[in-house]
Amino acid sequence: MKQRPIGYLFIAPATIHLLLFAWIPIAYAAYLSLFKWDLLKDSKPFIGLKNYADTFQDQAFWNAMWNSTRYTLVSVPVGMVVALFVALMINQKLRGVTLFRTLYYIPAISSGVAVSMLWIYVYLPEHGLINTFLMRFGQNIDFLSHPSWAMWALVFMSIWTGLGPRMILFLAGLIAIPTSLYEAADLDGSTPWKTFWHVTLPMLVPTTFFVLVTSTISAFQIFTPVYMMTRGGPEGTTDVVGYHIYSEAWEKFHVGLASAKSFILLLAILAVAYWQFRAMKSQLEGYSTAVS
Amino acid sequence: MKSLRVTLLYVGLTALAAFLLAPFVWMVLVSLHPSKAPIPTMDKLWPERFHWENYAFVLSMPDIPVARFFFNSIVVTTVVVAGQLLVASLAAYGFARLTFRGRDFIFLMFLLSMMFAGPVTQIPVYLMVRWFGWLNTYAALIVPGLGSAFSVFLFRQFFAAIPKELEEAARMDGAGDLRIYAQVIMPLSKAALATAGAFSFFAVWTDFFWPLLATNSMEMRTLEVGLSVFKNSYGATNWPLQMTAAVVVMLPLLVAFLFTQRYFTKGIMLGGLK
Repeated sequence: MKQRPIGYLFIAPATIHLLLFAWIPIAYAAYLSLFKWDLLKDSKPFIGLKNYADTFQDQAFWNAMWNSTRYTLVSVPVGMVVALFVALMINQKLRGVTLFRTLYYIPAISSGVAVSMLWIYVYLPEHGLINTFLMRFGQNIDFLSHPSWAMWALVFMSIWTGLGPRMILFLAGLIAIPTSLYEAADLDGSTPWKTFWHVTLPMLVPTTFFVLVTSTISAFQIFTPVYMMTRGGPEGTTDVVGYHIYSEAWEKFHVGLASAKSFILLLAILAVAYWQFRAMKSQLEGYSTAVS
Repeated sequence: MKSLRVTLLYVGLTALAAFLLAPFVWMVLVSLHPSKAPIPTMDKLWPERFHWENYAFVLSMPDIPVARFFFNSIVVTTVVVAGQLLVASLAAYGFARLTFRGRDFIFLMFLLSMMFAGPVTQIPVYLMVRWFGWLNTYAALIVPGLGSAFSVFLFRQFFAAIPKELEEAARMDGAGDLRIYAQVIMPLSKAALATAGAFSFFAVWTDFFWPLLATNSMEMRTLEVGLSVFKNSYGATNWPLQMTAAVVVMLPLLVAFLFTQRYFTKGIMLGGLK
């Protein structure tokens, strides 16, 4: 291969930007996390790993980690199953499926703030869109103010907003499956259900993995709906880690401590992504041995 | 049997569309109720007359300059999207079409950055921007957004699929890399440009977190942050006005989506999964 050093010039602007606004900030955050750094105070003493030690002791932080975990554990798998189901419905030779595909994407391109306001309204007690129906059965739930409902209200909304992009990804995966595989399954007299389990799903493993990892990463970082709808309440039940770090940094101004917390979050995300990657690899190997 | 299945599919698809879009229809209807009216019940959802004056009010509030928010969002989004497309496509040309030492390692750094842009970098980038003296300026809203690892990745996928022969013919004619980029590769990449442009348009226009941190005066707010300010100061219980403001913010997005929607599918098909 002929070396073309002019390549450095082409990548220079993007790479300098990447250094300035991604990698240097990460290093800077590591540095900040070693100081008792308060935005409003001039003295910023070096305290070594104390912020990390404090974080491990901090009940509110672990409450937030737990909230993010349960949010992710429900919203991601349920959202994915729903999206796969819709993708299967839409992956048929039907007139007008493009229209449905477009309509389903609309919640995802909407303004997060407007959508949050809309869902506050949907969840209102008495006259909200949901309670109007529940009232007919004598029920009336103040979803966003009830400690055992608020989190699931956010989860439900995230399935609504996340459907479009996930569905399109699954659809791309479905379209890429060679039709010869289905023809072979047909010849073998396979039932649609069997074909789904033994052809469609195994062929979707890479897609599923991609959707799983990207959804997990973004679920761990949700912020706008929490900021707009619950502010972490009621009783801290929706205080997810993205919001928790925000309020540590920008409401309490403890940027050193918040940096330490963001690193712990980052490590947790990387660990989960790595674990998902390992699981997919063994899954793929399992299929290839089963086939051969 | 077959037609029953097809009918059921259509019923299912339509029901789902209704479920996904009902909140939006509702939002529009409520926005047309008289301002300060109590929350309309289901049977009175259709307003007795359309109170368009809510829109006139929201668009001309003295203390919350919605026109200015629009202007800011347009300026910021235009510059960021244009800048991103240029910077990312140049880089992608380097990564996809040229060979040089360290190339794959540097590209890996781009991919890795996608994983933790959010939580870790917010504080240091804020402090850096403050140190540059950029807080509450367009520079703060624009410069951090000019790079996009996602766009680099998308362009690279697309460029890598363009046959080498086209480039070799241009090289025979004595064209340099900048000319090959501008006159061979880019004209063939209109679909990639549209896709990357569409994704970054929506990402930048609806970004909430960064403009919330980087600005604090009313004149510098973007539409998305402006809407949250509106909700905190007017909204509390005035549902028709809140929904009016939400419609005002949503409408341009919907229109933009109708023009660009096919690129969302295309982009995911070509960039998502290779």
